[in-house]
Formats: sequence, C-alpha cells, structure tokens
Amino acid sequence: MTVEPAHLTPQEMDPPNSTAGVARGKVDRASQLLFLRNGKVITGLLILAFFTLLAIIGPWVAPYDPDALGEDSVAPPSLQHWFGTANLGQDIFSQVLVGTRSVMFVGFVAGILATLIAVLVGVTAGYLGGAADEGLSLLSNVFLVLPALPLIIVIAGPLDGANSLVVAIVIAITAWAWGARVLRAQTLSHRRRDYVEAARANGESTPRIVLAEILPNLSAIIASSFVGTVTFAILTQVTLAFIGVTGLDQWSWGTVLFNAQSNQALIRGAWWWFVPAGLCIAAVGVALALVNFGIDEFVNPRLRATGKYAKALKKRGVRARVGFTPVDRHEEPSTPVVPASGTVLVTEES
Amino acid sequence: MRFFVRRGIFYLVTLWAAITINFFLPRMMPGDPITALIASRQGQITPEQAESIRVLFGLDNEQSLWQQYTSYLSQILHGDLGIAFSQFPTPVITIIKDTLPWTLGLVGLSTIIAVVVGTTVGTYIGWRRGTKADIVLPITTFFSSVPYFWLGLVAILLFSVTWKIFPSSKGYQPGLVPGWNWEFISSVLYHGALPAITIVLSAVAGWILGMRNMMVTVSSEDYVTVAQAKGLSERRVMVSYAARNAVLPQISSFALALGFVVGGTLIMEMVFSYPGIGYSLFQAVSAKDYPLMQGCFLVITLSILVFNLLADIVYAFLDPRTRQEG
Repeated sequence: MTVEPAHLTPQEMDPPNSTAGVARGKVDRASQLLFLRNGKVITGLLILAFFTLLAIIGPWVAPYDPDALGEDSVAPPSLQHWFGTANLGQDIFSQVLVGTRSVMFVGFVAGILATLIAVLVGVTAGYLGGAADEGLSLLSNVFLVLPALPLIIVIAGPLDGANSLVVAIVIAITAWAWGARVLRAQTLSHRRRDYVEAARANGESTPRIVLAEILPNLSAIIASSFVGTVTFAILTQVTLAFIGVTGLDQWSWGTVLFNAQSNQALIRGAWWWFVPAGLCIAAVGVALALVNFGIDEFVNPRLRATGKYAKALKKRGVRARVGFTPVDRHEEPSTPVVPASGTVLVTEES
Repeated sequence: MRFFVRRGIFYLVTLWAAITINFFLPRMMPGDPITALIASRQGQITPEQAESIRVLFGLDNEQSLWQQYTSYLSQILHGDLGIAFSQFPTPVITIIKDTLPWTLGLVGLSTIIAVVVGTTVGTYIGWRRGTKADIVLPITTFFSSVPYFWLGLVAILLFSVTWKIFPSSKGYQPGLVPGWNWEFISSVLYHGALPAITIVLSAVAGWILGMRNMMVTVSSEDYVTVAQAKGLSERRVMVSYAARNAVLPQISSFALALGFVVGGTLIMEMVFSYPGIGYSLFQAVSAKDYPLMQGCFLVITLSILVFNLLADIVYAFLDPRTRQEG
C-alpha cells in the first residue's frame, strides 16, 4: 500500500479518535463523519463490537459448562445444542462462546503492545536519524525477516501451557516490526515540513514536537498498523491453540479446532465441530479487513474516489480507466466529467 | 554491486540474530526439561550426544556464558543441531534434511502460482476498477481472513471425505519407494495438490489487493495518460505501461509476505500430515522435543533468508535504479 502523504493536509490524516481534531472544529468534524460514513468501516466496527460483547459476557451466557460431559456423543446441531456436541457430549456452542474471550483478549492486548513498540521504535528512528536510525531500522528489518510463527512456537513452546497474557506478549514481540518500518518512513517525511520547523523555531521541546505535532499526523497509519497487528495476533493465537502450544485447559476457538482435529471430526463428517469456530475467525478477520480498507481509502484519496465514482460512472455507461481519478471529497459525483481522450481530471483540494 | 554487499551483510546479521535467539532462549526458560530428557534416556545416549545437547542447551554451568556461546556457534556451524528426542536417536540435522525438500517444493510451487495468478487478476481488476470485476475483492478477503489450517480442514472434509477426489494426508502413496520415476512423482503431485490449492487460495488475496491498489495509483500517472493519448492499444497501456510499474512493489512485498506464507505452509503440513518441516515442528511441539523445535526454527529462518536474497536479485534485475545506486 503506498501512502502518498505529500498531497494530504494534516487534517485529512486525522482519524476520528484523534484528540487534535476536537480543537480544530468544523472541518475536522466533517472528516470524522466521512470516516464513519464509510459503509465498510461501520460494518467492520459493528461486527467487532458484537464479538467484543461476546468476549465479555460469553462465559456467563454460555448454556453449558464447556467441559461438562453430556450424553449425546458427536451429535449434529439441535435445539439443545445449537452447534452440536463433541466426542464426549460437550456443548460446542458453549465452547465457542467461552473461547471468544481469550481470542479477543490476545488480539487486542498484542495489538496495543505491538503498536506501542512500533510507535516508539519507528518514530524515534525517523525523528532522530543518524546512527540511532541505522540501529533501530536494522533491528526492525531483522524482526521483519525472522519467520514469526516458528519464532513464536520456539519461544512459547517451552512455556508449558502459557496463559493468554504471555501469548499476547510473545506475539507482540514478533509483530511490531512492520508498523515500525512504515512509521519510520512517515516520520522521516514529516520531520522537515514547515509546521515542524515552525514548532522548532518556537522553541518547543523535542518530546512536545514528537508527541503533539508529529504523532497526531501519523494517527491514520498507527490505526492501520494496529488493525493489521490485531488480525495477525488473532490468527496466531488460534493457530497456537490449534497446534497445542497454549494450554488446552483454556478455551479458545483454536482449542475447539484442536479437539476436532485430534478426535477425527473430519473422518466422522462432523462439520459442526469445526465450521462455527472457523466462521467466527473469518468474521472477525473480515471485520478488521473492512476497517483497514476504510482507513486505506481515508488516507489515499485515489482509492476513495474510485469507489465513490463507480456508481455514477456505471449509470452513464462509462468504464473507469486511465487518468480518471477525480479527488474531491466535498462535491457529490452527480455529473462526473468524462475526459474525452485521456484528459486527467484531478481536482485535489489543499 | 554495493547493493548486494549491503543486503548480504544484512542477511548475515539476521542469521546471527536468529542463532543468538536460539542460544539464549533455552537459557532463559524456567525449569530444566533437558536434564530430565537426558536422564530418561540414561544408557542409550552416547557421551558425545549428551555433550552436544549440553552445549546446545547451556547445561555446562562451569563454563562462562561467552565460552558457552563460542562452543555453541562452532557446533551450529558444523551442522550439529543435537539429537531429536522424539525420534531417538536420529540427529536433528538428518530429520531436517529429509523434510526440508518437501516444504521447499510445496512453498515454492504454491507461492509462484499465487504470485502469478494474484498479480494477473490484480492487474485486471485494478484496470477495470468500478466494474463487476470488483466482486473478486470481498471473496478473496474472506479467504485471506480465515486461518490457513481451517481452510485446510474444510478442504479435506469436502475433497477427501465427502467427495473422495484427493488424499487427505501424507506426501505420497505409502509403500512407494521415493525415486525419480513417474509413479512416485505423480503420486507426489497428486498428494500435494490439495495442500497447494489451499495455500494458493489463502495467499492469493494479498497479491490481488496489493496489485489492484498499485494499479489504481499508477493508472493516473501522466505517462499512462500519455500512452493512452498516443492511441496505443488498451492492452499495451495496461500491461507495458501501468502493470510494469505497478509490479515493482509487489516484488519487494514478496520478501515480507514470505515469512507469513511459510508460517501458513507449516500449519498446512500439520493439517495434511505432509512430510515437510512443519510437520516435524508439530511433532516436536507435541513431544516437547526442544532440540528438534530449535533446529527447525534455524533452518526455516535460513531458507527464508535465501529466498529473500533471490527476491533482491530479481528486483535489481527488474529495477535498474537499484543497480545504478550501487
């Protein structure tokens, strides 16, 4: 994903939760709404809210104890057992509900930790430059190339039945490098801009320049790297549980799948044993991807305009092709101007 | 040339980092599982093997950390990764030699297919953006959001259990003697098809999306407009002007995606009981066989570094700017 910040004003890069936006008033509120008006983002956030709710209340609303043995062995879904039962009659619906917590917990904790490391390393490297930059860049490049999953297995394997917090920390240690690299590049491009120079000329301290001036302008990229890390952490947590690295006494969607695999659910044709857990993972993954698409479109006006103009173009029977990426967020594309033969129509504000 | 020297140094540093991580990990772990393992094999284990394990896991407490580190490095460089406890008394390096080709074959083939298909589809839907072709995006997003192994499970259920089209496990027909004969090779291809298809399905989405977004960005560059204005055929503009420039970031992201794809392949091997290095790693995890686990990690890292180097060479070949700077 190439992000071209050169033609973006600082305001455009503020995500909705930026504190800087509150003070700047009307313009920013409009751009906040723009971010939330995006259907993809709304859908993604709603799905995430649903699973977060399940993570909180899951263990209380689960109809059965996930470990409790029942009478029906490997029974297909019924009214008593919505997702059917496992080999010893355990209720799979309850297992999935209870398992939501550790998945979401690891996802968000690892996401937050990794993003913190990424901001720390990336922004420091980009702002300081010189030897510090060389060293920190080398560090993040090394972590970028080391294969994450085998590394996590080697670290977490000997920690017998590592709990969720330990797993989250291990994932964070291996997952920060990509964000750090992107943030370093962005900080580098911001470092010599006029507004930073002005702040420096005003005698602002370095921490203040970094925290109050540069950081708010990086927030879209920080958000996007956070979402990416959460996706990675969730997939990794489920994978670790599936191969039995995390303790089997902690329920997770991966644990359900581990049981399904080790009890020959496939040969028995017990699809209900692994399909629900997999679809839950997919739903969370798609939700995060949708939020990320939203952020991408928010940051890169060319991508946004593409989607926005698609319908209007279709109505007129025009196929979008070369040189047709109008970038104007305030006007509705009621009558898009169709270039006769390759005229570029770029109406960028700023 | 300087470009390659720089990259070469970087890969050496990374390799050193991986070896050092491998050195310190067992020394920081609580408890002492290795002594227990050696004790459980009392009498069967030769003194040399026991010594090799001691060096690997830091049981020589009389030595200083630095002495431990140097003897560890020299032992690793001699290819001695200890013995695998779960398949006693096979040396780890032997197991890895047997399993690595399977993984390289599976990863290599499925990655090439994923890159070619993904880039082609991405070029097309990036060019025809806003049309019905965009439907590909949500579908591939779904496939990239589900974990590899779950897709593997579903694939086995559908294609091996329900419709018995493909075998559900193993790398080749049991009973066949591995060799360069058609019977064996066809069996390998037949057994590898399902894992490979599943990996391609999971991995292709990233390539499609990346290429599509680059195409959208590149298509509005002036030189593309000029090419269009000159009246060149649409196909020529799409392939030789837009796609040719959009493909460069794809290659640099190849290196970054590789670790992820390898991780996914390891899991896929576990699901399909494929005789690759991932399956060894899985067995090592379930048997708490630490020498094998660490050996697998080192060799996987080494292979990824080699592939990264190859990607660098391809990149330098395609992008003359890299060569000029060097």
